[in-house]
Amino acid sequence: MNTDSTPLPKVPKKSVWNNPKFRSLFFQAIVLAATVAFGISIFHNTSVNLETRGIATGFDFLSTTAGFGIIQHFIPYTEESTYGATFLVGLINTIVVSALGIILATILGVIVGIARLSKNWLIAKLAAVYIEIFRNIPLLLQIFFWYFVVLRNLPSPRQSVTFVGGFFLNNRGIYSPSPVTHDGFSYIVWAVILAFVLIFFIKRWADKRQEATGQQFHTFYVSLVILVILPLLAAVATGFPLTWDKPALSGFNFKGGMVIIPEFAALLLSLVIYTASFMAETVRAGIESVAHGQTEAAYALGLRPNSTLRLVILPQALRVIIPPMTSEFLNLTKNSSLATAIAYPDLVAVFAGTTLNQTGQAIEIIAMTMAVYLSISLLISAVMNWYNASVALVER
Amino acid sequence: MTEQAAAEKGLAVSDEVMIDIRNMHKWYGQFHVLKDINITVKKGERIVVCGPSGSGKSTMIRCINRLEEHQKGQIIVQGVELTSDLKQIEAIRREVGMVFQHFNLFPHLTVLENCALAPIWVRKMPRAEAEEIGMKYLERVKIPEQAKKYPGQLSGGQQQRVAIARSLCMSPNVMLFDEPTSALDPEMIKEVLDTMIELAEEGMTMIVVTHEMGFAKTVANRVIFMDEGQIIEEEEPETFFEHPKNDRTKLFLSQILAH
Repeated sequence: MNTDSTPLPKVPKKSVWNNPKFRSLFFQAIVLAATVAFGISIFHNTSVNLETRGIATGFDFLSTTAGFGIIQHFIPYTEESTYGATFLVGLINTIVVSALGIILATILGVIVGIARLSKNWLIAKLAAVYIEIFRNIPLLLQIFFWYFVVLRNLPSPRQSVTFVGGFFLNNRGIYSPSPVTHDGFSYIVWAVILAFVLIFFIKRWADKRQEATGQQFHTFYVSLVILVILPLLAAVATGFPLTWDKPALSGFNFKGGMVIIPEFAALLLSLVIYTASFMAETVRAGIESVAHGQTEAAYALGLRPNSTLRLVILPQALRVIIPPMTSEFLNLTKNSSLATAIAYPDLVAVFAGTTLNQTGQAIEIIAMTMAVYLSISLLISAVMNWYNASVALVER
Repeated sequence: MTEQAAAEKGLAVSDEVMIDIRNMHKWYGQFHVLKDINITVKKGERIVVCGPSGSGKSTMIRCINRLEEHQKGQIIVQGVELTSDLKQIEAIRREVGMVFQHFNLFPHLTVLENCALAPIWVRKMPRAEAEEIGMKYLERVKIPEQAKKYPGQLSGGQQQRVAIARSLCMSPNVMLFDEPTSALDPEMIKEVLDTMIELAEEGMTMIVVTHEMGFAKTVANRVIFMDEGQIIEEEEPETFFEHPKNDRTKLFLSQILAH
């Protein structure tokens, strides 16, 4: 194709279309326009439909009277309360069961995970059996099991299973004595606070002393003693301003004391047991991810097994454990919405369920409920990411 | 040159017995890994253990600080017999340092923290003092400027020198080396061997599992050749390399010195 005259090097035709910057902007603009158009059409469609059916939009319903009771509420709530109060009660019930669930599942998961690595054959096998059973049965089925098979089949209040100290177990729930405070109880609270402050300073002093002299201090045991002695002294000085209101059978049910309703117990139990089985595998994987050479090197230096675990293995295992652990926290929180199945009054049951049925404000209620779960999840993620960054490994 | 200097010095060996292994046997299940091992190491002696892979040489030195358990016979370190007694095992591990093939530094701690960890938690030393000792030994292995870095930021040779410094911080009486240069690039082997030679010159009692025959020739008092879990030959380096008695030793040496 070459002609005999020496041609200039061919300058490629400059086209905007081949400019990567232009292309990226162009496609982003198209996607943005499409998204906005879609949003507008949805909004328009919805408002037209709502109008033709005569449904009022807005959040006014939150201040109207709900007219239904809720079996578990941590803030004052009656049938005369508003839907806004219903929302709060449901939210608090969700947070209580999720927070307790996360704490208990983490404790159980860590114990089972370490147990699975135990050199004791029986302990390791028991942990493995536990994990394989509860990890492989659907959570909803486990909730049904604890609720319908176990807790609902307990004897009636009159035939309650009785424990020492005023604890009763029956098909209406778990009844326990409730504390009743009298004058001077605040001194005990102050004593507990004082104990914590004291422990904080002792810990600081002990750390400083170890830095300076190398001597180690039994901070844990001393703290334990302080935590027991100080409140006890305050209690003696104020003449034990705390009594217990024991539940007592009257008629067909118990009066007085505290009750944990079977719905709550069943939901918490199944969430904890189910999630802990996943966490146990996460913990095991984290510990096993640390090379055996690390343990050997620590042992060869004369470190004891528990020091090795604390100073060498766990800091390295944590960076493997935390990201999947965050997922498990999120799963547990979101799975708590299965409460609806056994009528535990969580946010989904009382708000996205009953309230939605009564008011018909589907868009507002579902949006609020979703926003709540999204916020809780993002909050958990943010906290865990911050923690993860603080234990991350520096490499290169 | 340091290697020659070490050889010429003819370092003093005392009569004090540091490690005494008597009729030691070890099994992995049915597999008889170590058969009737007898070794006596005196204070200041430098022993090189060699042999084909799978001959049990690593397993043997790992028995000395109980990273592996022996089933029969006795291992006596500084007059204390190794049994399943945890207190005794810990006491022996405090006095016996070990350097591994794959360094096994703690990746989540800085170089200096690696060195100071055991003095703080095992010797109960103040942090400042432990770090001072850490710096002293990091200077000894010629990398004090890396103290604040993490192991992942160092080269293999530097990591192995940190591992040696970390062991020395516990001021051990015996150092065990388990193929310390086998995982290193050729150009880094020398810096680690030089460090080990200096250590030998200072009179450290050492048991070294290695294929570095140059090191064996210049530094070792005795060379032990192992095959199939048994000690085949135990000689001074000159005799070992010039006039090996056993056919298996001859075969091994011809293979290892051929290239």
